[in-house]
Amino acid sequence: MTAAVEIDHLTVQFGLFTAVKDVSLQIRQGEFFSFLGPSGCGKTTILRTISGFQDPSKGIIRIGGQDMQGIGPNQRPTALIFQNLALFPLMTVAENIGYGLRVRGVPKADRDRKVDELLNLIALSDQGNKKIEELSGGQKQRVAIARALAVEPKVLLLDEPLSALDLKLRQHMRNELRAIQRRVGVTFIYITHDQGEALTMSDRIAVMNRGHIEQVGNGRDVYENPETAFVAAFVGENNGFTGMVTRVADGLATVETALGTFNGVNRKSLAVGAKATLFVRPELMRFDGEGENIIDGHAADAAYEGITTHLTMKAKDSSSVVATIAGATAKAFPESGSSVRFAFTSRDATVLPA
Amino acid sequence: MLSSTGHPFIFLLPVLAIAAFWLMAKFEKKEAGLPRRSFFERNGTPVAIYLIVAVAFWAIFMIVLPQLFMVEMSFRPKLPPIEMGGPKDLYTFENYHYFLYGSTTSNAAINWLHLKAFSLTIFASVCAALFNFALSYPLAFYMAQVAKPARVRFLLLLLIAPYWVNEILRAFAFRIIFSSSGLINKTIMAAGLVDQPIDFIGNDIALYTGLGYAYMLMMIFSLYNAIETLDHAQIEAARDLGAPWWHIHAFIVIPFAKPGIASGCTLVFMLSAGSLAAPLVLGGPRSLWFTPILYDRFFQAFNWPQGAAYAFILLLTCVSFVLLVLRLGRLNLGEIAK
Ligand SMILES: Nc1ncnc2c1ncn2[C@@H]1O[C@H](COP(=O)(O)OP(=O)(O)OP(=O)(O)O)[C@@H](O)[C@H]1O
Ligand SMILES: [Mg+2]
Repeated sequence: MTAAVEIDHLTVQFGLFTAVKDVSLQIRQGEFFSFLGPSGCGKTTILRTISGFQDPSKGIIRIGGQDMQGIGPNQRPTALIFQNLALFPLMTVAENIGYGLRVRGVPKADRDRKVDELLNLIALSDQGNKKIEELSGGQKQRVAIARALAVEPKVLLLDEPLSALDLKLRQHMRNELRAIQRRVGVTFIYITHDQGEALTMSDRIAVMNRGHIEQVGNGRDVYENPETAFVAAFVGENNGFTGMVTRVADGLATVETALGTFNGVNRKSLAVGAKATLFVRPELMRFDGEGENIIDGHAADAAYEGITTHLTMKAKDSSSVVATIAGATAKAFPESGSSVRFAFTSRDATVLPA
Repeated sequence: MLSSTGHPFIFLLPVLAIAAFWLMAKFEKKEAGLPRRSFFERNGTPVAIYLIVAVAFWAIFMIVLPQLFMVEMSFRPKLPPIEMGGPKDLYTFENYHYFLYGSTTSNAAINWLHLKAFSLTIFASVCAALFNFALSYPLAFYMAQVAKPARVRFLLLLLIAPYWVNEILRAFAFRIIFSSSGLINKTIMAAGLVDQPIDFIGNDIALYTGLGYAYMLMMIFSLYNAIETLDHAQIEAARDLGAPWWHIHAFIVIPFAKPGIASGCTLVFMLSAGSLAAPLVLGGPRSLWFTPILYDRFFQAFNWPQGAAYAFILLLTCVSFVLLVLRLGRLNLGEIAK
């Protein structure tokens, strides 16, 4: 399978500031690929470089095997969906969707047919004559997607397209986006700082931090087998205990931390003496105290969220340790202030370089 | 002067105006969905009363009365002061008649001279507005969408600085530059492009350049304000969808900036048509501009009623023309005043 988009040692600098540092990636044909990272880590910059609005300082972008150097945004086989959508307010829904075709000189009859098809795809069949301002947030979103798809791009680039929507609509649009992507089979490159969004929609995720890529993998990989402390802490909730490795044996590492000595899987083969952080997911932390590794402290808070409850314990150095349990069993959590014991098994913990 | 029965009217007018403004303030249209405090509550009663009275007086004495006075005067005959208010002082269309047909004693059937000057002025002012638009648009677009803020401030300063010089002085500066031994003629002759100086002034080139430059700032500001509010992402979106640059201007930027374009063109058109300094200073010996004729009615012929009639004709034509164009462009006055 050929790569739809190949990013080859890409560096982007603004003056002295390096926004993207030596990023190399291959994005496959028909893939739903996400960039996930905190605000300001360079996600938009990468997207703008792929679409041609930003020139690379170093490195090469190839789309469908072709070097994009010197090819303007209006000549690239990409379509960008902007963070604020950037629909044309003076045009109707149909005119917006048909704009790219009109620019290409497609005859009106063909254009109308294509626009109708796309209106159908986004379930707005009878609303082509509406003005943009008459649409709801989710409808605008879908029009922006249809407008981008109209020009039949090889790659669709989406810059946090759901960030302006409320929670319910966002969840609905996730499914919708994924469904549209499956139907049209176009490569989607999706940007988000919302890990839930990235995990639910993507085939693969690149986790970014300060301009470089920390890890690339599918959602499960990134969540269950983080390669770096940043990924472990950024993707999903995590309890982290930092200290020094004192013993390594049988694929496990022993880490001496402020809260005690814990064992965890030594996935990065750290040596004795290395600084390390041991991570335990809240859902793998047990509050009944069953496990080889034990943390004592005082009950602080039980945040009930319906399906789950987050139990927070204040450990002896007054840091918080969280255990997430199924909602119904939460009643057993003791009163705030009384002592509790959390525990986890060593196979559920991961030791990563700090 | 107004006939004696008119005088109480003068004093009644401000009262009426105050009442009107007061009612407007009282029943001020509420913003949709936004409960606002009334004009009086917002400003406090003393300040509110002061504002209403001040605006009413300003409107009456600076705008309404002088205009009314002019319109009234335009319908009266030219008489020596002694006969004013006398039996011969009757309302007449004489002055308007003169504009169309010339003196009642002349032989010519139509007052070609004035009519020609008038149409030429209107036509040239339209051209000035369009030309000005073509010249200002690229600069306004560059400042509003492309340039960095520091560059924009610098450009604005460069644009404004020449306007610190008086309009008449600026016109004379153009006259000097364009004269037969002026900078331009000297340069092109030294470069060997021509061997005789070009008569820029006689050919009205100086006039049109001066007129074009005189009101360019109005155009640039109108366009800049309009284009600046366009979200840059829209331009990028169009480009991303494959639009060439001219398509983006024609179908994204210009439709968006239409109100600003209309307001700029309207301003330049009105100001050019009413401009006096540039035609007086830069007009060639054969040039026919309407405002100097109008000026002559007042200060050469001492025929104030006729001058008033001419001024009124010019005003009415300009306003109707602008309204017509706005109508054709499906714009309303409120939109362009934004
Ligand atoms: N045109 C520019 N000039 C200078 N610095 C820039 C420019 N564009 C982006 N940057 C800087 O590059 C860094 C990355 O910006 P970018 O917009 O790619 O972040 P992002 O990951 O998309 O963030 P967000 O999630 O907030 O949108 C930021 O620190 C930003 O300040
Ligand atoms: Mg961004």
